[in-house]
Order: sequence, then C-alpha cells, then structure tokens
Amino acid sequence: MSEEEIVLIDEHGLRVDGRRPDQLRDIKIEVGVLANADGSAYIVQGKTKLLVAVYGPRELHPRHLALPDKALLRCRYHMAPFSVEERKSPAPSRREIELSKVIREALEPALLLHRFPRTAIDVFIEVLEADGGTRCAGVTAASVALADAGIPMKDLVAACAVGKVDGKLVIDLCDLEDKYGEVDMPVAYMPGKKHVTLLQMDGKLTREEFEEALKMAISACEKIYEFQKTALKRKFEAISLEVEEES
Amino acid sequence: MVTKVTATLNKNYMLELVSKGMRIDGRGLKDFRKVSIEFGVAGKADGSAGVKIGSTYVMVGVKAEIGKPFPDTPNEGVLMVNAEFVPLASPSFEPGPPDENAIELARVVDRGIRKSEAIDLKKLCIIPGEKVWILWVDIYVLDHNGNLMDAASLASLAALMNTKIPEVKIEDDQVIKTENRYPLELRDYPLSITIGKLGSALLVDPSLEEEEVLDSKLTIFLSQDDKICAMQKAFPGIFTPEEILMAVDLARDKSRELRKILFDTFEKYNESRKEG
Repeated sequence: MSEEEIVLIDEHGLRVDGRRPDQLRDIKIEVGVLANADGSAYIVQGKTKLLVAVYGPRELHPRHLALPDKALLRCRYHMAPFSVEERKSPAPSRREIELSKVIREALEPALLLHRFPRTAIDVFIEVLEADGGTRCAGVTAASVALADAGIPMKDLVAACAVGKVDGKLVIDLCDLEDKYGEVDMPVAYMPGKKHVTLLQMDGKLTREEFEEALKMAISACEKIYEFQKTALKRKFEAISLEVEEES
Repeated sequence: MVTKVTATLNKNYMLELVSKGMRIDGRGLKDFRKVSIEFGVAGKADGSAGVKIGSTYVMVGVKAEIGKPFPDTPNEGVLMVNAEFVPLASPSFEPGPPDENAIELARVVDRGIRKSEAIDLKKLCIIPGEKVWILWVDIYVLDHNGNLMDAASLASLAALMNTKIPEVKIEDDQVIKTENRYPLELRDYPLSITIGKLGSALLVDPSLEEEEVLDSKLTIFLSQDDKICAMQKAFPGIFTPEEILMAVDLARDKSRELRKILFDTFEKYNESRKEG
C-alpha cells in the first residue's frame, strides 16, 4: 500500500471508520474482571482490547528498591504476540519499555503513594488486540483498575490521542490513522484537577494547531472520564444489589 | 557531587528562589547554561560532535553503513538512534543494556529528527529493496549534570551536519565505496528545548540538582520554521494546559537562540577547516 492511495478523510469529512473528526470510538470498560488481582479492568475501545491488573500495595521484592517515604509504583505495558498483524516477539521492545515509563509517570500524579511507604504497587497492562491508541486505553483502564484496587487517588486519569490526518485534526486515532496520518499526540488528563499527566507528540504542528489539538484531547479525556466513572459505579451497584438480595 | 539527598535538602530553598525568578546556580529562569559545540570529535566516525551544556557532556558519532532496507520502505534508507549512558558519566549509571531512561532519550531524539523530516531517507537508497544507507546515530553520555535530552539532540544534529557519506559505485551488482565523500543533506534543523516545572515556575535547561526535585519536565522539539515536531513529558508530575502553552512559547524562543549558536559554531568550524 502506498501513502497516496489511502484516503483517511472522505468527501463528506468522515474518517476511515465513518467517524466524525471529534468522535470517539465505542468504549466499553468492565471493572473487576480478574479473580486474583487486587484491582482489574478490561477496556474495549473500537478494536483495541486490553486487560489491566493491579497488585498491591504489597511487599516489595527486591527489598533494596523500597522507598522510605512512599510506595514504589511499577508499570509494565506489554503487547501479546498475537495482538498485531505480524507476530510480535514477547520480549519487551524498546517501544514497550518507553511506554511503560510514560504510563507510570501518567498514573503516579493521581496516586497517594505516601500512604504506603516501603511497599510496591504493580500495574500490568496486557494488550490483547491493538488497533491504535493502546497506551491511552492502557492509562484509562489502569486508573480504573487502581481505583478498583482501592488505592487512594486524587482523581481518575483519562487518556486519548489527537492526531492530524489528511490535514485535519481528529481524536482517538485507529491504527490506520496512526500509521498513515501526519501527527500522533497522546494526552492523559485528570479532568477533576485540570492537570495533564502525559503528553507526547510526533509529527508537525504549528503553535495554533497544537493549542487546538490540546483542547480537543482534553475534551475527549473529559468524555472518557464519564465512561470510567460509570464503569466503577456499575461494579458497586452490582455489589450492593447482591448484598440486598442476601439480606 | 549532587545526589537526590542533597538536592532534596535544598528543595525548599530552590522553591523560594524560583518564586523570585532566581535559581540556585545564579541563572535566571529562562537562561541556558553555557553551551559549547565541537564538530568532528571522533575521527573514525562519518560525522561527530561533542556538546557541553554547563558541565553536562554528550558526544554523538554517526556511522553510515550499507545494509538492507525495511521491507515496508524498500526505497528508503534507515535512521537508527541509540543512547548509551556510560557508567563513567554518573554514579547513578550502571553497566548493562540501555535502561528506560536511555531508551526514552534515544527514542525522543529519533522522533524529533525523523518527524522534522530533516533527513530525506529516500536519498539514502542505493539499490531499491536491496541496499540502502543505514545511519547509526550513537549518543554517548559522558558527564551527566542535567538536561541530557537537549545536549543529546543538539549533539545529534551537529553530528549529522558534520556527516559525510562515501560515494558508491555499482559493479556487477556489488556496491563499492569510493574515496570521495559528500555531505549529508539536511532539510531542517530540529532542536529540543526542555522546560522543567518546579512549583509554579518554568525553568529552561534544568541542571541535575534541579532535575532531582522537579515536579515534571517537558521536552519540545522545534523545527527551523518554529513548528513543533516532537514532545515528551517526563517525570511523575503534572502540567496545566496553560503551563504547556507557555512552555511551547518559551521553547520556540530558546530554540532560535540555540540554533544561532549552532550555525555560528558550524560556520567557524568550516572556515577553520578551509584555512587548515
């Protein structure tokens, strides 16, 4: 496929999957999907699917990594070998190592780690099917899983990418748009605090375009925030129903 | 020597200073440390440069190698950026494969250079699908005293400006390097500027002591025509949207200053070579 053949925005201004520029893909978040983990979440965003598990606060091994004043947050973003077109080696790639770092740094500002000195909180993100926006879906689901684990938080972190395809700014890129688009800019945001916790960008944007892109990303994160809250509430509503039935 | 402990002890003092527009090393909030650039520091490399920002020292060597293109881009050369945090540069660096910081640094520099389209990879093709130039940009951190990102991106660009690629001839399907060399053509001159956030202050070119206590930092790559071509927020803190826009404007101004130093030094270097 050559770049010229691919039309990312059609004559009606719609995108490859029929969305408007400011339209998110369908998002489904489920909370507490794993039996062993202290907190977990499953997110389906368009065709992107991933699972997040949170373990902790728990004893930290190796011990010498322990921090005297707060919990150590560790994060592993990993793609299943079958999550992409060509099999991906399960060994962590340079990309996965970088993303694990930026995701950790996107989540940390939301957590009250000082409440758990000398412990570890581990976040495992396993991408099962990748169709663009996996790091953002990872952040979105991870913050829900952290809340599910009962870790005290200042706010949920929602994340969404903005991009530029065929010269137009669009949100929540799918794989094709990411690959053949001009710009990819993932943003993570705490809507309740109005704080940006992750910002990456590659491509070419003018100052004006960047300002517009940031606004679009923030408004997308605000929408995703509602999905996160609904998903968490749904879990506790289900529990309260169970309790009522039993009594 | 600056450590996390000594820097943390000074944190309140640093916060007090920055609230008055001052910094612990006497700089203003928007000042770079002294920047010096040296071209051609590694004779065996096809291009090289050493950059000092204050006492931070980063060397970059570019090696051009003939190899196979990626299957999805058969008509394009390959750009590879790698970073080594050499243990002699800091007590916090350990021998072994690149850690997440080295990987992040290399990948951000890679994105800045790649996305500015400074290098026309199509011009690095020798035989489509068969033989292309692979440009290895190896970032060597030799003294870590803060803001490795900007030192590495400046040194990488300087090394690429200084890169000369052998001319080749094709005989019986064999690619043979000749004695002649031509300079690598650059279409843009992308530079990164890193802005640290300490309290509510934004600092240009954070030193190691400042980095140890920063809330967060934002690296912004700017092209020669002031377009943003890569960004990376790092450290576990936050930025408000307003601070991000202020950082972008600040970075634009500083990148112009830094680019002027780079061009002036390059001109002097070329003149001195003509004379010598």
